[in-house]
Amino acid sequence: MHAVATRNRSMREYAETVLDHLDRREVQYADVRVIEERERNISTKNGKMGHTSSEESLGLGVRVLLQGCWGFAATDDLSADSLAAVAKRAVEIARASAMAKKADTILVPEEKIVAVWNAPFQIDPFSTTVEDNLNLLLQADAEMRAVPGVTLAEASLHFQRTRQFFMSTEGSAIEQTRVVSGAGLVAYSFLNNEIQKRSYPNSFGGQYQLKGYELMEELKLVENARRVAEEAVALHQADQCPQGKRTIILGSSQLALQIHESIGHPIELDRVLGMEANYAGMSFLTLDKLRNLKYGSAIVNVVADARLEHGRGLGTFGYDDEGVPAQRTDIIKDGLFVGYLTSRETAPALSAKRSNGTMRAEGWNHIPLIRMTNISLLPGTRKFDELIADTDDGIYMETNRSWSIDDRRYHFQFGCEIAWEIRNGKKARMLKNPSYSGITTEFWNSCDAICDKNHWVLWGTPNCGKGQPSQTMGTGHGAAPARFRNVTVGIAYAS
Amino acid sequence: MLPKERCQEIFSEILRYSDADETELLLSGGTHQLTRFANNTIHQNVAEEGYVLSVRTVYGGRTARSTTNRHDPESLRRVVAESASLARQQPADPELLPMPGPQNFRAVERHFEETTAVTPQQRAEAVVRAVQIAEKNGQTAAGTFSTGVGVQAILNSRGLVAYYQDTHAEFSVTMMSPDSSGWAKKTSPDIREIHAESLALRASEIASRSRNPRELPPGDYVAILEPAAVLDLIGFMFFDFSGQGVRDKRSFLTDRLGQKIFGSNIHISDDVYHPLQFGPPFDGEGQNRQAVALVEKGVVNSLTYSRRTAKTMGVEPTGHGFPLPNEWGEAPTNIVVAGDRHTVEEMIASTERGVLVTRFWYIREVDPYRKILTGMTRDGTFYVEDGKIQHGIRNFRFNESLIDLLNSTEMLGVSERASGEESFPMVVPALKVSSFHFTEVTKF
Repeated sequence: MHAVATRNRSMREYAETVLDHLDRREVQYADVRVIEERERNISTKNGKMGHTSSEESLGLGVRVLLQGCWGFAATDDLSADSLAAVAKRAVEIARASAMAKKADTILVPEEKIVAVWNAPFQIDPFSTTVEDNLNLLLQADAEMRAVPGVTLAEASLHFQRTRQFFMSTEGSAIEQTRVVSGAGLVAYSFLNNEIQKRSYPNSFGGQYQLKGYELMEELKLVENARRVAEEAVALHQADQCPQGKRTIILGSSQLALQIHESIGHPIELDRVLGMEANYAGMSFLTLDKLRNLKYGSAIVNVVADARLEHGRGLGTFGYDDEGVPAQRTDIIKDGLFVGYLTSRETAPALSAKRSNGTMRAEGWNHIPLIRMTNISLLPGTRKFDELIADTDDGIYMETNRSWSIDDRRYHFQFGCEIAWEIRNGKKARMLKNPSYSGITTEFWNSCDAICDKNHWVLWGTPNCGKGQPSQTMGTGHGAAPARFRNVTVGIAYAS
Repeated sequence: MLPKERCQEIFSEILRYSDADETELLLSGGTHQLTRFANNTIHQNVAEEGYVLSVRTVYGGRTARSTTNRHDPESLRRVVAESASLARQQPADPELLPMPGPQNFRAVERHFEETTAVTPQQRAEAVVRAVQIAEKNGQTAAGTFSTGVGVQAILNSRGLVAYYQDTHAEFSVTMMSPDSSGWAKKTSPDIREIHAESLALRASEIASRSRNPRELPPGDYVAILEPAAVLDLIGFMFFDFSGQGVRDKRSFLTDRLGQKIFGSNIHISDDVYHPLQFGPPFDGEGQNRQAVALVEKGVVNSLTYSRRTAKTMGVEPTGHGFPLPNEWGEAPTNIVVAGDRHTVEEMIASTERGVLVTRFWYIREVDPYRKILTGMTRDGTFYVEDGKIQHGIRNFRFNESLIDLLNSTEMLGVSERASGEESFPMVVPALKVSSFHFTEVTKF
């Protein structure tokens, strides 16, 4: 099913009409985003269909800067009357904002851009049949349920295509299309008052990337289903993860979430400046720490990179939702903190001449916020097997099970689905209920080994929440397994 | 806003395009306005309006759903065709039940004209008053003030017509001093119950009282939990009060139904008709919601059951099902925890040594069967000694089992409509518990 913005009036016409309703003598700046989305979601559970659904939507939002203050209004009623009303509403709201103004909002300049950008993919996921999609999931499901002790098997996939037209009063007109695919599976085992689970390739729905159906083939769900199901059952017999200060090695998907929570969020400049204080919180990365804080050890290099050259991640795009081109920004260089995620509104706080292009909104009905693009730990030099062989006494943890961090992003605790003890350079006994905790900068400064590019994966986090009203955004995080010394392990189960 | 008559017109048109055995239409949406402030100024200010319609068709035990926000005839025809196409590609589901027929719904009144009439100027004026309080006390204010109108409707080809409208209003405020913060929040369908100024004063007082926080060693403490802290914690267990969750052995109540797993002073019900509750009197299939006594005297008395789960488990449906098709079944969403007569002040006065918690943050489940949760304290954590608040303390991380928590409750406050950030609003009391596991401490 196709939403048909172009069938009647084009997305450009809708945007132009809204901008035409604004009094340019009064409005300092405005932009309109018209967005058409299409989704397919399919899941299976214990050999049966869980749900099958499709969704389409079309709507627009207009953001107005007037008297130095913002107003935003959105609607899915694209009639002529409604387009006039939504423009008027945004202006009225901006005027109301001015009642509590302390200072004018200033936007750093940005070049006028007229462009079309389409994310590449090999196989249009919407060209595949639901029947074939279901068959793939049911095959994986059967593999999981073939393992005695599995009490619940689930598999799911998700396809999304977003077509967006951005137009601003500065003359920019940008059309972008992004196709995202995602899939994953999970096997549960309940035994003796204990629930264990294993997910593949990652928890929370699996792996998500800016790809077409080719991702399904790359993930090899069916080929890995039995292994992870066997691990879920085997966890019941495993020893409890010990408690104490230990050397740990994190698998790449867990490290991706560690990057997300303890680097990605604290570098959001809107958080630093207090704009998220009531809900998501603030950041320990106050402005004085820029180019002064030793965030991690000398081998820690982190970038924010939204360009295709970095990979096809959930944070990859051509232009952000302010019309700023995708960029690569150094965040941590040789362990030193050197960069924030910025917007046109926040960049002046750093005396920056330009936004580094991180503003994104969930859908037509929300304003753009600073969001992580692809926040990635650059690969190191080690082979994974060598890293294990080089570790006398440690714990290797894989696949996230729980995650929590304080509202300034200092103190975190993560739980993983599975772990193995490392003894004398070899992967030894399996451990259940592994967890670790720490303080962000102490943790990253304890990193003494990172695996090389052959082990590096650009993971997708599809469920990042931020903002009021709450918005969900997909972010990307490249990571290879890495080792950390002297980390607190097991305190989650200490009571 | 979508009136009932317009919903029925849309459904009539949907039926014209459908050749399914059964056809169902869900409509939802409304208006939502939110004024957001930080650094003592309004920095974001938004309004949105939108309505989605979602069609489920059934062909010989095969079903699927398709959703659109377009209401023109061509889009209605396409959403029906898409649902039919998806459904026809499914395997037949032997457990799929016929759609429910007409129901008699008990009326609930949660729509207030006064709420619909709130303007951006009125929201801005309330923000200005909150900012004045912050500035007077040398603090910085951040928060939101939102209002809106919602509509939900379910109609099906067996004659069911369920329609519900409500309003919502919410004010949330954080007050920050250089080394402390305080928070307060209120949610109601009726704007007249939202007193922004008093909430700002309360948040400001908490921030002032928690200045110069000291570090307390982690460990087990007596804890006094304000209602927002209680609801954000216990909200993590109610998806387990699901017949399907137990059937799938993913619920911590697997093998525990009928057992006494909480203290005798714990009584929890799900009751959409409670005067302080929210939401429609029907579930995702249009089934009448029942009031259910989930926990009585600490005993897990009942779960919730959708029509489908009830049939497979041989019990009566309770009207808590999610829209079909889904793999989750059902869950209670109108939680009422019975309280007692105690005030937070009485709890403090009765405490020799303990911790007072305003709210929690970033709570996540560590262990699904022991129901261990982790998270942080936030925006007002205090050390209590000899019956008095002594001083603010640096925020703790906790790892606590909900089963242990609800077995160690010594005092309960008066139940109130509370709202937090990690779970949906509930009717809950403040609690004093004899032991709470604070495992680590952060740097502020």
